[in-house]
Amino acid sequence: MIALMPLAVMLPMGGAALALIFGKRPRIQRVVSIVVLLIQLVIELWMLLEVDRNGTMVMHVGGWSAPIGITLVADRLSALMMVVSTIVTLAVLIYAISAGQADGDETDTPVSIFHPAFLILATGVSNAFMAGDLFNLFVSFEILLTASYVLITSGGTRERLRDGAPYIVVSLLSSIIFLSAIALIYTATGTVNLADLAGKLDGLPVGVLLVLQAMLLVAFGVKAAIWPMAGWLPDSYPTAPAPVTAVFAGLLTKVGVYAIIRVQTLLFPGGHFDDLLMVIALITMVVGILGALAQAGIKRMLSFTLVSHIGYMLFGVAVHNEIGLAASIYYVAHHILVQTALFLAAGLIERVAGTTVLARLSGLAVASPLLAVLFFLPAMNLAGVPPFSGFLGKVGLFEGGVEQGSGLALAVVVGGAVTSLLTLYTILRVWGRAFWRPDPEILEGGAPNERYERSQDKKQWAAAQARRRNLKEAARRMPAGMLGATTAVVAVGLLLTVAGGPIYGIAERAAVDLTDRQSYIQSVLGTEGTP
Amino acid sequence: MSQFLSGSAVAEVSAHALSSNVVIAVAIGVLFSCGVYLLVSKNLIRVLLGFLLVGHGTNLLLLSSGTLGKPPIVGEDGELADPLPQAFILTSIVITLAVVTFLLAMAYRNYRLTKDTELDDDPDDVAVAARTEAAGGGE
Repeated sequence: MIALMPLAVMLPMGGAALALIFGKRPRIQRVVSIVVLLIQLVIELWMLLEVDRNGTMVMHVGGWSAPIGITLVADRLSALMMVVSTIVTLAVLIYAISAGQADGDETDTPVSIFHPAFLILATGVSNAFMAGDLFNLFVSFEILLTASYVLITSGGTRERLRDGAPYIVVSLLSSIIFLSAIALIYTATGTVNLADLAGKLDGLPVGVLLVLQAMLLVAFGVKAAIWPMAGWLPDSYPTAPAPVTAVFAGLLTKVGVYAIIRVQTLLFPGGHFDDLLMVIALITMVVGILGALAQAGIKRMLSFTLVSHIGYMLFGVAVHNEIGLAASIYYVAHHILVQTALFLAAGLIERVAGTTVLARLSGLAVASPLLAVLFFLPAMNLAGVPPFSGFLGKVGLFEGGVEQGSGLALAVVVGGAVTSLLTLYTILRVWGRAFWRPDPEILEGGAPNERYERSQDKKQWAAAQARRRNLKEAARRMPAGMLGATTAVVAVGLLLTVAGGPIYGIAERAAVDLTDRQSYIQSVLGTEGTP
Repeated sequence: MSQFLSGSAVAEVSAHALSSNVVIAVAIGVLFSCGVYLLVSKNLIRVLLGFLLVGHGTNLLLLSSGTLGKPPIVGEDGELADPLPQAFILTSIVITLAVVTFLLAMAYRNYRLTKDTELDDDPDDVAVAARTEAAGGGE
């Protein structure tokens, strides 16, 4: 049954090839992509159950044993990440197909490229989660990044080139840093296999170790959009097509966070940079959310909250105990779903109202109650309002921080609570303006009743009514596929709350696995492993 | 770097790998600094060239990470070269090729749209700059 593991990588890759062959036959392309991702999801669900019951699964590709060959490893963390990411990928794909069909398959996403690139992205993501060695991790980063370059500039308009270019250049540079780190690590230890490295890095002098760790953290930090290296994200994400932004916001930064978790626990358990990471986590949270407060458009605002909440995950890693780590893992899963749902909802808002600029939005709650619910639920979830998973994750993180007990950790806990409140404020600002604000006529400034009385200015009143009708009409015309996909992501996000016990349990057991490195090392190398 | 290595690590790394690298090290340094200098630009052709230079620098770095020796072919006697870094470089070259192709396509597309090799200014940056100027002018 272990033979199914590589399928999680090979299926989307083969699907991409098929989709490219059928580039002129959109219907076949759609069927291929959906079927491939469905099968992938089933395989990954099976893997998650299997791994949770029987422990880490290891596959030596081509029969070359561990330190030499390419090893695929699926432990609880990887399997959980893969399941969540494939759910999101599938939903976004359906959303994109539905949007494309509604637009008559033109301009925005040239179909012949979109499907193959999207499946290649899925390949890279699942390969990154299963990579058992640093070089394979690098290759999977490159796979998903190259696909993302294509997606973020898709359509090739002036704006997308302008805003995609910083993303591309920054990603290139971070890949170079990662590759250089791999070269140095290989020089120092003679291996790139993670399990093998876990033993051999311990033998290195602290100075060398710190340099290697810092290089990896910088490389992954750029991908995860951590504070000093996050400037590219709000610049480049909002211009891309809505489904592309949604899947990027959900997955790409989290792959970086995953890599940080993996490297910090498996390779560098010494905790050398923990204090620094904690400070950075705090700054990421605060700077991100203050940026979000200042934005005039929903998409840019969401991009900044994305940056801000990466800080929480980083904090969980930095507190360096099982509670924090478990909460961090749970928070990653929660954030993938919630952030994707919010960007999908933003795409729907743009579709209904023609813009995501707050000043020009109003009355959406009346026009489309369903859309309002689809935005409101993940938004409250993101802000961490009690029953939702965002709250559970944050409580876990704060518990971890208090357990660790240093003044710095407590300061970050306070900062996290403040950030959470500011997130709520940001979200309510959007809610109040775009959804709750009653009438379109205030757009010209001034309160509704002061400016227009029904009898006073009939023309204005009629125009406002017409606008309201148009909005309602547009809301009714929302494609069912887009609504369905968004609803699905929101629902799975809520499932994290409803089934919070079992899922948090997986996260906790994953954290135990990560802290006790021996289980990983043993299952890969088959021995005690460490010299 | 050899004096930093201790214990089991030294056993893994042969003396060859660490001794003959001054020229390569300088070359890597030059490639990296020139490459990064070129990368920090709005001109896509410069970005392309910069990425090529940095890519070559990294490949050299990978090359210098393995042991030197005879070609690692079955039947060769004596000290064999470490084939793994060469496999890394091969992969890295392929990736560089793909990315360079993409960058070329992007530069061409940008040229078609703007008749220029440079990217447009970011409107937000322009707005911020204008606001700063306005604030400065008010004093």
